[in-house]
Amino acid sequence: MRTGWYVFMIKVSHMSKYYGEYPAVLDISFTVKEGETVGLLGPNGAGKSTTMKVLTGFTPPTSGEVSIGGFDITKNSFDVRKMIGYLPESVPLYSDMSVIEYLQFMAKIRGMKEGIVKRVNEVIEITGLEEYRKVLIGKLSKGYRQRTGIAQSIVHKPKVLILDEPTIGIDPVQVVETRSLIQSLGGEHTLILSSHILPEVSTICKRVLVIHDGKIVADDSPEILSKRLRSTQVCEISVTKTAKLDVIKLFRSQSYVVDIRTKADSNPSYNSFIIETSSTDSVEEKISKLIIENGLGLSKLVSLPLSLEEIFLQLTTD
Amino acid sequence: MNNIITIFKKELIGYIQSPMAYVVAASFFTVTGFFFVASVSDAFSEASIRGFLAGAVFFLVFLSPALTMRLLAEEQKLGTIELLMTSPIKEFEIVLGKYLASFTIMCLMLAGTLYYPIVLFIFGIPDLGPIFTGYLGLILYSATTLSVGIFASSLSSNQLLSLVVGSGILTLLTFIDFMSSRLPGFAGTILQQFQLGGSFSIFDTSSFGLAESGHFADFARGIISIYDIFFYISLSIIFIVSTILVLESRRWK
Repeated sequence: MRTGWYVFMIKVSHMSKYYGEYPAVLDISFTVKEGETVGLLGPNGAGKSTTMKVLTGFTPPTSGEVSIGGFDITKNSFDVRKMIGYLPESVPLYSDMSVIEYLQFMAKIRGMKEGIVKRVNEVIEITGLEEYRKVLIGKLSKGYRQRTGIAQSIVHKPKVLILDEPTIGIDPVQVVETRSLIQSLGGEHTLILSSHILPEVSTICKRVLVIHDGKIVADDSPEILSKRLRSTQVCEISVTKTAKLDVIKLFRSQSYVVDIRTKADSNPSYNSFIIETSSTDSVEEKISKLIIENGLGLSKLVSLPLSLEEIFLQLTTD
Repeated sequence: MNNIITIFKKELIGYIQSPMAYVVAASFFTVTGFFFVASVSDAFSEASIRGFLAGAVFFLVFLSPALTMRLLAEEQKLGTIELLMTSPIKEFEIVLGKYLASFTIMCLMLAGTLYYPIVLFIFGIPDLGPIFTGYLGLILYSATTLSVGIFASSLSSNQLLSLVVGSGILTLLTFIDFMSSRLPGFAGTILQQFQLGGSFSIFDTSSFGLAESGHFADFARGIISIYDIFFYISLSIIFIVSTILVLESRRWK
């Protein structure tokens, strides 16, 4: 492996992270191209923050490999740290420093040598902190603390920007402002952002990774994800004696059916199918009626819980 | 090197802006003042800073950890350690920058006590040698106590806990003569080598609380012993390296 050389800006392969016996992240793999904006979406405790802590090199993965810009995060941690800007979920700041002092301090710590004063002023302007540059951080409101947190993450122009729940705990007006601020940063950096709210991710990111119970359960654009989620239901049916193709043809002709596919059944005298429908109300009734009217010999009809849907129920209700 | 200076400056400003350093300095001056006056106020008493040294050695057991308790515990409490640890800065740079800042404040505090020898020079004819070696000893001794303090501060996010742990370690090293004198033979002799400076007999006015077997005794007498210098410097290094290892261990878990 050539260090420092990369195809993907971020490459995570079979990464697991255990806290003692408890697996916070379990065997996840994904890649992120340079300049991509990716949202990690999942309910609280899904493993988003852990994934981010591993990406930033703060905690090592228990197993698997993670590289950023071609550098392994455990072996070349120092090179990785030069490339990233990070805002942890808790927005840690020194409350006894003023905004400008703090940003200059962080710029130095993050390895900037020249043009610190100019860049800090630039960042203060970008994040709309002009009025507060001399104010002690401890006296700032939550929203402005958040901006200061974002400012420190971008002050050294990192290639990769990692923001953990950047809009949590601030009022709705500031949420909108912070979102548009982050959106404007997307172009310059490879951006990874975590959230437990779907609309937030979909306004900022072009790609969403859904994490649930430490695993990636979906990887798509927000549009496709929302489409898949908008009231769909999956049913499994088993019928007797009929040719598979006829059944498929029959269901395809129904307006409420999105997709139907065969499912291998242990009992050869049945034919089983998975049906995905677009509406949720009385689907079972419609399907059973259709099967009985056509004399297909209904032997089983189960409504399957769509795991993704369950997750999104938690995601969309904030 | 630049990173050490950056951290050092930040911590130094932090000390100057927060009340802790002033409170520590005020109690240090008060307590050592009592000891100094007690040792020189008798008729025919010796014009030396021995009383001041004894007071300083004993109370730095509590005041050094009070000065350092914030340094790493607060970073862990605020979560700012996460930003430091994900920045291109090495653990030893963080620890050294902070340690040197606390050491600088300590030296300023010690400089404030030069008032006592000045008083002696005004009203008596003190011997310059023991004053010089006394201060040299104090600088080395405080460097050691601060290193124990910063180590205690790295262990948790609780400042109070780091104060108790730091003072606890230092008290143990101070009261070691209580144990070593009761341990027979070789074990007692070995234990005796760790006598930091103060003594269990702190309230015995004849010895002024400086252990005869301790590493400070010679400095107070006006003798510079390489062995004592070596002891203080190595102990400081051991605790500073331990602090660095505690921080690094976060990357191993």
